[in-house]
Amino acid sequence: MDFAYMKNVLPLYEKAAVLTLRIGLEGIIFATFAGIVCAVILYEKVPVLRQLVMVYIEISRNTPLLVQLFFIYYGLPKAGIVLSAEICGAAGLAFLGGSYMAEAFRSGLENVAPLQRESAYSLGMGKLQTMRYVVGPQAVATSIPAFLANVIFLLKETSVFSAISLMDLMFTAKDLIGLYYKTTESLLLLVIFYLFILLPVSLTGAAVERRMKYAGSGS
Amino acid sequence: MVLDNLSLEVKKGEVVVIVGPSGCGKSTLLRCINGLEPIQSGSIETDGQAGMVFQSYELFPHLSVLKNMMLAPLKVQKREKKEVKKEAMELLKRVGLEEKADSYPQQLSGGQKQRVAIVRALILHPEILLFDEVTAALDPEMVREVLDVVLDLARQKRTMLVVTHEMQFARAVADRIVFIDEGKIIEEASSEEFFEHPKTDRAKRFLNVFRY
Repeated sequence: MDFAYMKNVLPLYEKAAVLTLRIGLEGIIFATFAGIVCAVILYEKVPVLRQLVMVYIEISRNTPLLVQLFFIYYGLPKAGIVLSAEICGAAGLAFLGGSYMAEAFRSGLENVAPLQRESAYSLGMGKLQTMRYVVGPQAVATSIPAFLANVIFLLKETSVFSAISLMDLMFTAKDLIGLYYKTTESLLLLVIFYLFILLPVSLTGAAVERRMKYAGSGS
Repeated sequence: MVLDNLSLEVKKGEVVVIVGPSGCGKSTLLRCINGLEPIQSGSIETDGQAGMVFQSYELFPHLSVLKNMMLAPLKVQKREKKEVKKEAMELLKRVGLEEKADSYPQQLSGGQKQRVAIVRALILHPEILLFDEVTAALDPEMVREVLDVVLDLARQKRTMLVVTHEMQFARAVADRIVFIDEGKIIEEASSEEFFEHPKTDRAKRFLNVFRY
């Protein structure tokens, strides 16, 4: 094991980790917004929009991220839309994640007792107020474990970014292996950095799930 | 359950109790009045908002007792926060729960939750209060504390429409009893008359179930 080499390339990994995290978080934030909007549309059974959302979810969930990224990165410029690799990465991740987030929030919404909604209506609240103050907050609480599982899934999916020449962790490791043939060291660093990013999210998820199990519900 | 050709009038300050076998349409009637259940034909006229109290309390679990009470006055009626809070505390005091203002629903007993649900409806100053079997989910020892609150409201001449299985309570609280079966009004009489001298066979049979 060449520790000197590992120490030398550490800054490259750090830079790559920052990029991975940044694009990952951007994608996750947009995915979350898209997921909330889609989930509410599905839950409220909004005509027309609901069908559109369902089509989107099927496309998003049944195509690989790599294909989605190629479509955005190589396909869109043909239609006159040229985006930077970074924006393409975030957009691809958001496109993939939106459908997973939508499912997480939809099941959260459906877990809220229907009578809670009626209770809010009977207090004179409208649909939007009911969603915002009564159903929404309760749905968010029950969606957190699924949400965090999606965050982990999406952060791992960022490893595909290297395919559109974003210098993320995966790209950096492959690049270094090609340059120096230090395969073991490069891959070990790759694993360490991914763990460094993902373990805190995983542990948070486990802690939240434990808490929710013991918290018990009741109106 | 369907309601059929049902006509009912509740006067201001009157307490009408609806009784009848399970599944006769009592709860459906309340839900219709409150707009939770669509009606195919006919009309419902109220002088103002109706306040509803559910069998299963339906407090909002993510909000404290005080916030449960303040949500609708602030967001729906757009009232001033200070005034709403003051009224909420007064109401809580009246039902003996002022110390629970900052508790969350899951920290309360069933009886306490239901008392909160009642004052949460009251704070909106509804023209009529609808009670949907508000003691049916309670442990026996908690039924009393909730019924006392309802009785107290009756004494204050609140307009109320009460669905209940507690016959003793129905008798005590009602100005008028409406007996419903299979979606129709079978008998309608003053409280005493209904319990002492029911006219229809169906009402007699129904009341017999409660005599041991």
